[in-house]
Amino acid sequence: MTTRLERNVTYGILALFTVIALTPVIGILSTAFGSQSSLDTGFSTPKDGLHWSNFTDAWSRGHFGTYLGNSVLVTAVVVAATTVLAILAAYAFGVMRFPGSTVLFHLFVIGLTLPQEALIVPLYFDLRYAELTDSYWALILPQTAQSLAFGVFWMRTYFRGSARAVIEAARIDGANTWTTLWRVLVPMGRPAISTMVVITFMWTWNEFLMALVMVSDEAHRTVPLGLAFFQGQHSSDAALLAAASVLIALPVVVVYVALQRRFIEGMLGGAVKE
Amino acid sequence: MRLAALTRAYRRRAPGEPRAIGYLYILPALIVYAVFLLYPFGQSVWLSFVHWDGLTVATPAGFDNYRALFTDPSLRAPFLHALLLLVFYAALPVAIGLLLAAVMTRARVRGMTFFRTVLFLPQVLALIVVGVAWRSILAPDGLLNDVLRAVGLGGLARPWLGDYTWALPAVGVVGTWVGTGLCMVLFLAGAQRIPRELYEAARMDGAGPLREFRTVTLPGLRPQIAVALTLTIVAGLRNFDLIYITTSGGPGNATSVPAYEVYHRAFESNQVGSAAAVGVALTVLIFVLTVTVSRLVEGRRA
Repeated sequence: MTTRLERNVTYGILALFTVIALTPVIGILSTAFGSQSSLDTGFSTPKDGLHWSNFTDAWSRGHFGTYLGNSVLVTAVVVAATTVLAILAAYAFGVMRFPGSTVLFHLFVIGLTLPQEALIVPLYFDLRYAELTDSYWALILPQTAQSLAFGVFWMRTYFRGSARAVIEAARIDGANTWTTLWRVLVPMGRPAISTMVVITFMWTWNEFLMALVMVSDEAHRTVPLGLAFFQGQHSSDAALLAAASVLIALPVVVVYVALQRRFIEGMLGGAVKE
Repeated sequence: MRLAALTRAYRRRAPGEPRAIGYLYILPALIVYAVFLLYPFGQSVWLSFVHWDGLTVATPAGFDNYRALFTDPSLRAPFLHALLLLVFYAALPVAIGLLLAAVMTRARVRGMTFFRTVLFLPQVLALIVVGVAWRSILAPDGLLNDVLRAVGLGGLARPWLGDYTWALPAVGVVGTWVGTGLCMVLFLAGAQRIPRELYEAARMDGAGPLREFRTVTLPGLRPQIAVALTLTIVAGLRNFDLIYITTSGGPGNATSVPAYEVYHRAFESNQVGSAAAVGVALTVLIFVLTVTVSRLVEGRRA
């Protein structure tokens, strides 16, 4: 039905925006393999072979090995805690009836639009008072709380949609609520759960403000914070800066390319209230 | 009819069986959520009514901190910047997203998955990384200026992020780059739900691509447009990372936004009460804008 001209225009538009979307990404990749002596603060291209040493330098000289370790630890704990707590709460919201459940659920959903900036100031003073700043707890606990808004909302949708018949069958078989949840509903809900895991992983891994405020010693820096400081100190070292950026982006991009449907579903689902 | 409505109302009120044990399941999440999110938000509201430097004793401020949002230019400007940035962070991504989704839906595009994956990619990158990449593009000797010089427009070249007039739009463009793919993906999903018959009817009436878009696609995507605007507005107003890494609010305070002002006041210039008021005002602004959007775009159903 569509004309040849229209097809060409379509591909032209798509090509243009693909180039725009990829230019910064390719620019950083290319600079990451370039030579370190370049004084250009813009992008560079590797003229004399690929300098893999930029990555090892960023790893050791920029201490990104330590930062990556911190990010892995914080992200793993936040994702695990969010997953377990959100499943428990969403299960109750989704399949049980008790007074106040609607109000409590809405309390959780508020967290989806509440900006971090409205919490960060008292959080810092509270955690400092508790002598928890400059510790992993100062990153883990607030980020778990913030991820729970999405987790509870997302998993409740799953539990509400999961077949009533399955739950009743489990009960007739003598399963109590606890075993029904872990033996029946959680195994069945693996797609929904993995979407939540992937989204929480990305948000926690990329989180910056919390780390900037809560952490002042180098030992607890996460990768985005490390990159910000690295840029402050070595802004002339474009190749190292780019290599460090690649190290940070790579884990999320790999997961994204592998599981892009789960990613997109979750990110869109997070804001779509019923 | 009455009965059906009653049953429906009953079902909505009763998602499951009555179980007091539900409280136990909710308790762990509720404790973490209350202690590290709800309680701090309450404290923010309290802090916004005091003068406090973070060290000495806080003194009551009444509405001083809120009044200053309107009278103090250094507080008014960040909110105006944020609203202006919404053109880049929300309006443009929705417009470009509509264009992309429209052309992709109309002509059967090969490599759909490829385009969708690539165009959505900016969404998954850490904003700090995005900021580092775009700093290189917008630098005085960066890609943008190189291209301008190459095509003979060297006169337009400038240090984009250091220019009083251009720094804010420059940061805005980065926001457009981040948000466009998200909108496109939302609209693609929405367009698939528009009944094919509507398109066939439009074509029978001799509608061209433009009229087809205006009469079929656009009305069909109303709910998705509301969601896209809500998402991009919330993300745009919350955005701290991009400003911090690209301009730190500068030059002067030409690119300062409320999110940056909260950080700056609380942790760099010891005006904790004022910072809290900015945070609370930002929350109210987000709330008002998202409610307005769903009213306007989705109509009364929202």
